[in-house]
Amino acid sequence: MNVAVAPMPQFDETVCHLKRGKQGDVLNIKDLSLWYGGVAQALFDVNMTIEQGMVTALIGPSGCGKSTLLRCINRMNDLVDGIRIEGAIVLHGDDIYDRSADVIALRKRMGMVFQKPNPFPMSIFENVVYPLRVDGVRDKTLLQETCERALKGSALWNEVKDRLDQSALGMSGGQQQRLCIARAIAADPEVLLMDEPCSALDPIATAKVEELIDELSGHYTIVIVTHNMQQAARVSDNTAFMYLGRLIEYGDTEVIFQTPKAQRTQDYVTGRFG
Amino acid sequence: MDVTATSPYVTQASATKSRVRQTDLRSRGEPFVWVLGGTLVFGIVMIVGFLVLVAWNGIATFIPEPIAVVTTTNGTVIAGEPSRTDVFKPDDNTLGALSPDVRAAISQNGGLAGRTLYRVGNFDLYGEDFRWVTDFDVKTVSYPKDMVYVERLEWGPFIGAVKAITIENQVIDGLKLDDAQFVKAHDEARARWARIHEIERNEIGAVNAKVDRARLSVRKAELDSGRDSPAYEHAEAQFEQVSADSHSAYDRLTAEVQELRAINDRSSVTFVDIGGREKAVPLASIVRAYAANDLGPLEKVGVYLSRWGEFLADEPREANTEGGVFPAIFGTLAMTLLMVVAVAPFGVITALYLREYAKQGRLVSFVRISVNNLAGVPSIVYGVFGLGFFAYVLGGSIDRLFYSENLPNPTFGTGGLLWAALTLALLTVPVVIVATEEALAAVPRSMREGSLACGASKWQTIRNIVLPRALPGVMTGIILAMARGAGEVAPLMLVGVVKLAPNLPVDGIFPYVHLERSFMHLGFHIFDVGFQSRNSEAGKPMVFVTTVLLITLVAVMNAVAIVVRNRLKRRFVGSQF
Ligand SMILES: Nc1ncnc2c1ncn2[C@@H]1O[C@H](COP(=O)(O)OP(=O)(O)O)[C@@H](O)[C@H]1O
Ligand SMILES: [Mg+2]
Repeated sequence: MNVAVAPMPQFDETVCHLKRGKQGDVLNIKDLSLWYGGVAQALFDVNMTIEQGMVTALIGPSGCGKSTLLRCINRMNDLVDGIRIEGAIVLHGDDIYDRSADVIALRKRMGMVFQKPNPFPMSIFENVVYPLRVDGVRDKTLLQETCERALKGSALWNEVKDRLDQSALGMSGGQQQRLCIARAIAADPEVLLMDEPCSALDPIATAKVEELIDELSGHYTIVIVTHNMQQAARVSDNTAFMYLGRLIEYGDTEVIFQTPKAQRTQDYVTGRFG
Repeated sequence: MDVTATSPYVTQASATKSRVRQTDLRSRGEPFVWVLGGTLVFGIVMIVGFLVLVAWNGIATFIPEPIAVVTTTNGTVIAGEPSRTDVFKPDDNTLGALSPDVRAAISQNGGLAGRTLYRVGNFDLYGEDFRWVTDFDVKTVSYPKDMVYVERLEWGPFIGAVKAITIENQVIDGLKLDDAQFVKAHDEARARWARIHEIERNEIGAVNAKVDRARLSVRKAELDSGRDSPAYEHAEAQFEQVSADSHSAYDRLTAEVQELRAINDRSSVTFVDIGGREKAVPLASIVRAYAANDLGPLEKVGVYLSRWGEFLADEPREANTEGGVFPAIFGTLAMTLLMVVAVAPFGVITALYLREYAKQGRLVSFVRISVNNLAGVPSIVYGVFGLGFFAYVLGGSIDRLFYSENLPNPTFGTGGLLWAALTLALLTVPVVIVATEEALAAVPRSMREGSLACGASKWQTIRNIVLPRALPGVMTGIILAMARGAGEVAPLMLVGVVKLAPNLPVDGIFPYVHLERSFMHLGFHIFDVGFQSRNSEAGKPMVFVTTVLLITLVAVMNAVAIVVRNRLKRRFVGSQF
């Protein structure tokens, strides 16, 4: 990949040494703060740019707000009662927290993979084409093509091509998670959000999913939350280190893991706490 | 370290031990467990015992019993089916009239004597159906082979012997009840009777209904556009036409009936009771006749099964104490299904709103508590409400709007199948709401989030993911509602259940489904036959059979629903890994 290293810390607190992609940025997170129940602040003025076609990893000790940040991106947090969000997230120029923004249309531009595989109680085929179904797509060939492409994309095609009409609940955990990835990429999202996609899987399934993420990078812009630093180091281009709701350091994965600029990052990646 | 040497520990341990022993019973839970377990066992034994009792009596009811001919010491002879026995204390007058050794035997027995209740039948001759015979009065008991038990359309059973059989006005000597010639003649006579019944009930009914409709449209035209309007004249012309047509149809049908009746009148069986009194019974009104003391095992089974067949498929007769309960089965099923059709969407939509859309707060909590408490309102209150609101207010309005020509006769403005089903739906809706809410709450968050993250709207998520997933829980609610609704009787008595409904709610007369009609119900049937009928002794076996049937019906409906639920569960819930 053709990359250029952008130096200089862009924002106040955050140490930033972002590896820039040549296609520019997809998402701009600006001064994002978030309160749960109106009192407990979970995010503090997060500023972040997500590069097109690259894998961005969010790491940090548990409870530091990684999931919260990720779920802000597709406004999944809207479902939480009494939540308050300030700041902005701009997706290709559209502020997703704008009053006039259509949440549903917005979510259609993103895909999300959750911590636990959550296939729907339907056939494998219906699971994959679900995003198209909710768009009202009826065209049989289009659905079939999409299903095949998404399943091939998630390296599941060969395993399930003979039993597309069987229930997805009968698959193994790793297969279910890859099915969820197929579902997430079926509608060609601009951003793919993954919240610890391997934490409920065994090592072999984890390896497969990681391999898959590697293949997907380049085609998709991926934001992945992980508590596993080797995983972050293996799959990501940029890494963001978060601590107590603040973005401490953000930039080139290699730099973060080898020569971190901030003290806290260093402490964390060397295993002094976490 | 040497443990045995540390004496303080040893003494302390034994001290604790003795302390524990003193407080044992009070501090431990075992006695309570025993009490609770014992109560549970007692409860289960009572329930199972009751079910076995009902089932046994119900199943045994239709077994043909032998007919005993009893000669008593004072010379009277009776013939009858032993129905039940018990013991009683004879009064001093009776005792005084007895011989000393009988008296001695009774006093040895603590002053008690046994007696047997015989069903002697022949109500038309005796004016009573049952007779007690005390044990000490019995001289001889015999079971003559020529005794027959005759079930007839009127007057209850006849018990006696066959004297003569007349077929086509000819007395045929030596003919027996199980001869082919008799069986054929009997079947034909019964078929003619069924045809007469069919004509009188349905075909003439259809003609009448047609005339009625024409008459009502005249009335409607008069109400709508006045007496001298063209519409009125048109309707009246039509009415003349229809009634002219109907006269000819009516004449044709009556002629057929008369002809069939005339044929049937030519065949009869003359029976003679044990006292020698004769009774001629038209062949067509003999439902079943068998020589009770001369039945082989196969014939017994045949009588047993044919009685069950009649019970399940026929209409009741003799003030419901005989014949079948088909209209009641039909009414119970139709009402329960209609209730489910009403209660399921209503309950599910309410629960969906409460759980998914309403802003959770004080108001919703209040509504929820109210709904839960609705389940505790006495059911008769629902009956009163159903009569007042559904029948009088709703039905009354429907009548004024759509059936004004029929007023002052109510169409929907009185109890009926629809109102009964809605009343029961109201009664059972809390169950469905509570179960559905629980099922909705149990749908994993990850499922909803997965769907929402795919860009599905809230409603799409609910329809595609949440509802299918909650369906087994909803089914549980519906099963509970059904179980409660099918067994409810009190409110139904106010909103449409009757002792004897002239017509089924579904028949061949336009518009074929008549939700406004009153109907019969097994639960009410039990109440009516067992406790409201004049001849309660004769109705008693029917109470058991009907109870068995109602329990079976409810169990079958529930079993079907449970099978459906388990299918759904396998399909939609499955395992996560
Ligand atoms: N729905 C919620 N309501 C209240 N507090 C929450 C909620 N979700 C998360 N939090 C809190 O926000 C903080 C960040 O959580 P999260 O983003 O899940 O952390 P992680 O980095 O482990 O994914 C934690 O302190 C957590 O307790
Ligand atoms: Mg998390």
